[in-house]
Amino acid sequence: MRLMNLKPGRQARFVLAGLPFVLLVAAYFIGSGMRLAENPNDKLLPALSSMAQAVKHMAFETDVRTGSILMLSDTLASLGRLLWALAISTSAALVLGIAIGLLPGANALLAPFVGVASMVPPLALLPILFIVMGLGENSKVALIVIGTLPCIIRDLTMRVLELPREQLIKAQTLGASTWQVALRVVLPQILPRLIDSLRLQLGPAWLFLIAAEAIASDSGLGYRIFLVRRYLAMDVIIPYVIWITFLAFLMDAGLRLLQRKLFPWFASVRAE
Amino acid sequence: MSAIRFDNVWKEYGDHIVLERISLDVASRAFIALVGPSGCGKTTFLRMLLGEERPTRGQILVDGVPLKPEPDADRGVVFQRYSVFPHLTVLQNVLLGRELQHSKIIGRLLGASKRKAVDEAMALLAEVGLSGHEDKYPAALSGGMQQRLALAQAIMRGPKILLLDEPFGALDPGIRADIHVLMKRLWNETELTVVMVTHDLSEAFRLATRVIAFERSRNRPEERERYGATISRDLEIFPRRIAAAR
Repeated sequence: MRLMNLKPGRQARFVLAGLPFVLLVAAYFIGSGMRLAENPNDKLLPALSSMAQAVKHMAFETDVRTGSILMLSDTLASLGRLLWALAISTSAALVLGIAIGLLPGANALLAPFVGVASMVPPLALLPILFIVMGLGENSKVALIVIGTLPCIIRDLTMRVLELPREQLIKAQTLGASTWQVALRVVLPQILPRLIDSLRLQLGPAWLFLIAAEAIASDSGLGYRIFLVRRYLAMDVIIPYVIWITFLAFLMDAGLRLLQRKLFPWFASVRAE
Repeated sequence: MSAIRFDNVWKEYGDHIVLERISLDVASRAFIALVGPSGCGKTTFLRMLLGEERPTRGQILVDGVPLKPEPDADRGVVFQRYSVFPHLTVLQNVLLGRELQHSKIIGRLLGASKRKAVDEAMALLAEVGLSGHEDKYPAALSGGMQQRLALAQAIMRGPKILLLDEPFGALDPGIRADIHVLMKRLWNETELTVVMVTHDLSEAFRLATRVIAFERSRNRPEERERYGATISRDLEIFPRRIAAAR
């Protein structure tokens, strides 16, 4: 049988999905064991026990100097920035995306500008943001917004333009005004697509967050891993990276679930 | 219930003439079927009537008044596909016209006015044979049921003219026969003037009061661009069909 026609069963699929993770973990601990056998003080690939010790210290003990649990306060600081920025991005993109997609006038006015703006590398703007807005929270939130907003706007604009012409005509023959078409036909059909768009932008959003925190911050997950880098504290960095990945994965899964629950009609539309 | 008049209408796209010298009077309550080979401009004709396209020359009058150059509530439409909204249930699809009409800001009815509209919508759904499917999304309906829903949705808003763009073209023969019966009944029971584009001649002759054929009189390759299609046949169905008086 051809390879392209061999479909793994349920169980095989489960095993196959787990395999790369198991292999990565095994490779790490074999490497770690070999290095530690040679030099017990090696910091590059710490053993599970030292990482567990570090996690215990960071996540379950109060830091003497700041009086807070570091991993918790880092997580709250980072998530706060991220969620603020994504809330601003999505709401602005929703309004602008629908306007540009539905109104030819708004399209003529804004589409070329958004097209150019989305080509500006956001990190190149970071110095400007720091100079103009200072080193506080605003500049970090602004970086994430600038980094994600143009892409979401462009994506939503395309989704609006993809709505069948027949639907927009039909709504008008039912007497809908432009506002009513936007509210009752376009908006509800764009919301599930916004979730798709947002899921794709989670990666860039985290990237800009970590970057901003690495450069100028006094709290946050990105700040912490770049801080302890100076001491080669791989036993802290690795658990932090795993934690960040887990948070991002949770957000992605949550959005997917939200889409399925709130928009039960969407799966069959997408399948078309 | 509306008379339609095409007064020497031409439609051109740049140098390409699609329709020329279209003059036509459609009586109120008529059921017109437009037939012709593909690319002969029947759909362009319907789009002009819909207000989606404007004639290059000439004008279209409805009850003596020039047509508004955009789609509006006095002309309902059913397309071959995408006529109903996938994000609304069957009931919500039918209610939409009423909600848009009476709730300009939020586009939704609440309380007593909603209950009244729901009752009306349910009665209409029963009439088109969709009772029991109110809470389904259109994707869960067969093609024939979707077109029944599209008809109910258009009629709920009470248009004067109903435009049909190959509405039953994608349906199986048996289902098509059923929906023809429904279409005839709706035409008799409402006050509609109907204009239907179809490529199915037997459908045209079975439903319409008048069948109009579009054709290009000149079809040589070097002439195609510069000569549009015209009305080549205009047949009154005999014995004459007259919509039931209300």
